[in-house]
Amino acid sequence: MAYSEKLIDHYEHPRNVGSLDKNDDNVGTGLVGAPACGDVMKLQIKVSPEGIIEDAKFKTFGCGSAIASSSLVTEWVKGKTLDEAATIKNTQIAQHLALPPVKIHCSVLAEDAIKAAISDYKAKHGTAKAAE
Amino acid sequence: MTTISETNAAPRKNDGSNLPKRPIYLDYQATTPTDPRVVEAMMPYFFEKFGNPHSRNHEHGWEAEEAVEKARLQVAEVIAADEREIVFTSGATESNNLAIAGVARFYKDKRNHIITLQTEHKCVLDTCRHLEMEGFTVTYLPVKKDGLVDLDVLKNAITDKTVLVSVMGANNEIGVIQPLAAIGEMCRARGVLFHTDCAQAYGKIPLDVNAMKIDLMSISGHKIYGPKGIGALYVRRKPRIRLVPLIHGGGQERGFRSGTLPTPLCVGLGAAAEICKKEMVAETKKLTALRDRFYKSVTDRLPEVFLNGDFENRLPGNLNISFAYVEGEGLMMGIKDLSVSSGSACTSASLEPSYVLRALGVSEELAHTSLRVGFGRFTTEDEVDYAADRIVEAVQKLRAMSPLWEMAQEGIDISKIKWAAH
Repeated sequence: MAYSEKLIDHYEHPRNVGSLDKNDDNVGTGLVGAPACGDVMKLQIKVSPEGIIEDAKFKTFGCGSAIASSSLVTEWVKGKTLDEAATIKNTQIAQHLALPPVKIHCSVLAEDAIKAAISDYKAKHGTAKAAE
Repeated sequence: MTTISETNAAPRKNDGSNLPKRPIYLDYQATTPTDPRVVEAMMPYFFEKFGNPHSRNHEHGWEAEEAVEKARLQVAEVIAADEREIVFTSGATESNNLAIAGVARFYKDKRNHIITLQTEHKCVLDTCRHLEMEGFTVTYLPVKKDGLVDLDVLKNAITDKTVLVSVMGANNEIGVIQPLAAIGEMCRARGVLFHTDCAQAYGKIPLDVNAMKIDLMSISGHKIYGPKGIGALYVRRKPRIRLVPLIHGGGQERGFRSGTLPTPLCVGLGAAAEICKKEMVAETKKLTALRDRFYKSVTDRLPEVFLNGDFENRLPGNLNISFAYVEGEGLMMGIKDLSVSSGSACTSASLEPSYVLRALGVSEELAHTSLRVGFGRFTTEDEVDYAADRIVEAVQKLRAMSPLWEMAQEGIDISKIKWAAH
């Protein structure tokens, strides 16, 4: 199976590998996939008081396409508002990395990871705002 | 020989100073290069001695026939068989089809039950599935954690209706060697025919069809440094085993397999068999040393590495290892200059992890992290050391970016998390 240059670049030089403090109020964490399926992605976003994603980190257990998809979305979400980040679609990820059909599920997982991180952040802040 | 060591065995120093090099081949259970000595033996039979070995009336036919019969003897001698018991086929897949379907269909009025293992090669399992559709009953026995058949379980599975037991000699994924002599003994005592798929075992470990009471044995050319496209089926003559052929025609190969024999391929299989027989002891010693060197090098440096399949009863050139928390295909992408294979889902279209590993009770998580590393005749110590270094580096890098490794380090029990299957 031949992979695109962009995909190989993200695999070989993954962007934003690492972890943010999941207990930080400004951090939203998404953990999606399952070890038994061969893919697990952890995507974390750090959101500024203005509602802008100022940092993103990932860790992924999976094939090269899964690693590249998660690396790519950390780049894409940075600088976006939560609403903007939520509009990222798996088809855009798959197209950018030229994922072969058998790997489309990796891009779906990356989209799910963004949504999960956003909803984790919103859940933290939903309760915080209610308390105010 | 010099060409092989020059092109294939040079150690790769990853300094980028040299021209692009071919990856190091560590997938000898998938296929083997044809030994240059084998190629040399085959060459005259393409142009000079191109005759049809079944032409009985002229010199061209006779010299081809002589070559084919010599090859038949060479193939037979590796397993202490009579050359008249060797049927040439296109490969082990055809041999397995012919043996299992051929026996089942011939004896179907008397007995209609077949026993095999869940870890057999797909061509055995798929043949059995087709026979089920024809009305045969098939028992797919589980194996123990070490990949070996439980002889008591096999014994209890045999009934008065059992016509055939088919158990492989050595497994293609995990290399474990089944107790063929004990199985043969058991089958003979019950009047059941015993077939063994020895595509991986033939020429690698000592095999004796009489001592092991084997009635049918499948043999492959390209797993033993012979050419692709040729194999053989050993079919016992005393007592005589009958088969319904798969391929009909001129009645060649005692009627078991019609079609003109491919003289150069037969010669190649024979030459490859003879080399295996002659060099088996030395090769086993060499491969065992290389394999153990590799395994020690990797396990000394990496924690949480698990060997799949029994270590003792194992092909000398095979390792199948799970690197926990690192997905197999992701790992393979990081070691592109090594040609190895993975039991992970992602390498196949099915997205299911290896059914062989699952049959051993290896969890799906660990099955996804497995790598098969195969050593062979042209593997060098330098290649093994280089491969071990690269694998250790890649696993360390990927573990550093694995959320599962991070959780394990934090003491989180991954099996307790409610994962959403996708």
